[in-house]
Amino acid sequence: MNLRTRLHTRFRYPVILLRAMVSTDFKLRYQASVLGYLWTLLRPLALFTILYLVFVRLLKIGASIPYNAIYLLFGIVIWGLFSEVSNNGLASLVGRADLLRKIRFPRYVVVVSIGASALISFVLSMVVIVLFMVLARVPVRLDILWLPLLFIELVAFSLSFAFFLSALYVRYRDMSYIWEVVLQAAFYATPIIYPLSMLPVRYAKILMLNPMAQIIQDARYCLVTPETVTMTQLFGTPWVRVIPVGITLVMIVTSLGFFRRRSPYFAEEA
Amino acid sequence: MAESMIEVRGVSKDFLLPHLRANTLKTRFVNMFRKRRVMEVQHALRDIDFEVREGEFLGVVGRNGSGKSTLLKILAGIYVPTSGYTVSRGRLVPFIELGVGFNPELTGRENVYLNGALLGFSKTEVQEMYDDIVRFAELEDSMDQKLKYYSTGMYVRIAFSVATRARAEILLIDEVLAVGDTAFRRKCFDHFHALKRRGTTIVFVTHDMAAVREFCDRAIMIEDSRIVANGAPDYVAEEYAKLFSPVAQDAKAQGAEAAEAEMAESTRWGEGNVRYTNVRVPELLSDGEAELVLELEAEAQTDCLDPVYAFVISDSDGTAIMGSDSLRKTRRCEALAAGDCVTMTWAVPNVFSDGVHSLEVAIADRQGLTVYDSWKDAATFTVVKEETTPYVVTPDTSFTLRRIGD
Repeated sequence: MNLRTRLHTRFRYPVILLRAMVSTDFKLRYQASVLGYLWTLLRPLALFTILYLVFVRLLKIGASIPYNAIYLLFGIVIWGLFSEVSNNGLASLVGRADLLRKIRFPRYVVVVSIGASALISFVLSMVVIVLFMVLARVPVRLDILWLPLLFIELVAFSLSFAFFLSALYVRYRDMSYIWEVVLQAAFYATPIIYPLSMLPVRYAKILMLNPMAQIIQDARYCLVTPETVTMTQLFGTPWVRVIPVGITLVMIVTSLGFFRRRSPYFAEEA
Repeated sequence: MAESMIEVRGVSKDFLLPHLRANTLKTRFVNMFRKRRVMEVQHALRDIDFEVREGEFLGVVGRNGSGKSTLLKILAGIYVPTSGYTVSRGRLVPFIELGVGFNPELTGRENVYLNGALLGFSKTEVQEMYDDIVRFAELEDSMDQKLKYYSTGMYVRIAFSVATRARAEILLIDEVLAVGDTAFRRKCFDHFHALKRRGTTIVFVTHDMAAVREFCDRAIMIEDSRIVANGAPDYVAEEYAKLFSPVAQDAKAQGAEAAEAEMAESTRWGEGNVRYTNVRVPELLSDGEAELVLELEAEAQTDCLDPVYAFVISDSDGTAIMGSDSLRKTRRCEALAAGDCVTMTWAVPNVFSDGVHSLEVAIADRQGLTVYDSWKDAATFTVVKEETTPYVVTPDTSFTLRRIGD
């Protein structure tokens, strides 16, 4: 049997399930709303407007950064993916307990479907951002080619939390409260709504070791403006990125291992 | 000899009792400081060993809480056994209940696609069989309605209709699959039979001895988390009936008389002004007997103006089949003084279906406002009938066929 058919038989059922779960999720989310799917675009647009008014017009944060509005929004969209995947991921197994107890299927599909749903709203938000970029005439540079890699890192990092937290939440329901607080703290520990240049270099260096900070700053650098403080400027070499990338790799391997070890018991514990 | 499709070897399953499981960090924290870890383990299954041959229709019977459904979930791969292992040599249907994953907020059509996906069908595959599914369920006009507006009957029909599409060599069925009205149950079993003819192996968990006798090739009985009988359906059905007969209960009671008494208390309540002191019911009611005779005695503890005596007979599923009370018969109540004893006799025509039945007796005041004595499971009796039907009663029926014009 060649690799193609092997992969096909192995992943046929998971893929079918994944599609069904994501599309059901999508249908249910915009059901009984007059504007329906239009909300997928209207929602980020409305949120962006609020953020723009508060942070750019009122507080004038990061006024020295070119295209500061898009700069801010992009950071928030990236953080949004992480927080949506980790938050929804946490509750995903318990939320699908009825399925877990009655059907035998690969458990990871539940968590991956959360990731896929979040990715869809992420892509739609990106459409809005690109729209703004065109309007603001942001110049496009070759660095944009790095974005896919950064997004892969982002998804991997976010999913590693989803896998770990979902498996933990089955056992310890305290996790939802703990995670809420941790996530809030992490939001402020990541240079999203404030520029990194506000901090002393010593602290900025520590903050940047966090994969989310690295991803957000690098992505801003590649898409919005090269006048962004990334690891290269802080440490004087681009190779320090092995630390956040390494953290991401370790996270995904350990949490997948943990998830796999716990998964036979989800049916009786969820 | 057909090869075995499912092998179960030395399977045991333990559960930690839910209220003792460390579900929050606090309980885990608190438990850490206890000298003795309080860990109550519930043995759901112990040392289960059996196999199912290819094309066999195996019944699994047992009382509520005996571990049947846990066994089915282990076979399905939903639970992992604590020890032992199972081997299945064929494609298992991935679910054991109807309508799993159905979402009330989605339309019938959307749910068919969703359920189809859970069975492993791609969108195009469901599209191809969609019309057949709808036709089989006889729901052509309701597919665009949300599922929450469906009646139970419609719900079961559409769920079953999708489930019949499952491509599997081994089917695991919890009795919930066979719900619905009698006509629908018939349709279910017809379908299972058609599958069996095609060589599908079926494991069927049930309480329904009539179904076991009629459909199964073999049956196993689980009692107290162990297999206690394994053999021909008739033999297992008889063993099952014995579980409920007073003899078996006596044998059991030797070890746990206190528990037995507690059980009796929990199924008996009332003010106690008048109480039954003796309930005599034949243990076995065979075909030859035309009537079931209940002989009851009651004693008044206090003066009592208007006692009404009632009884209800239920089948092994707990469905009340029939009953009556003294008021319906005599239209008056015989007042009792403290210390009075009465004896009464009920004669009921033997219309019962094959299986174990239980008797509930009660005494109440004329208005039914005060219950003096209510005694559930006051006695059980086993009915043995040559003719078995899936219906609640099986009265003597006669049938003649004659060609017209002879």
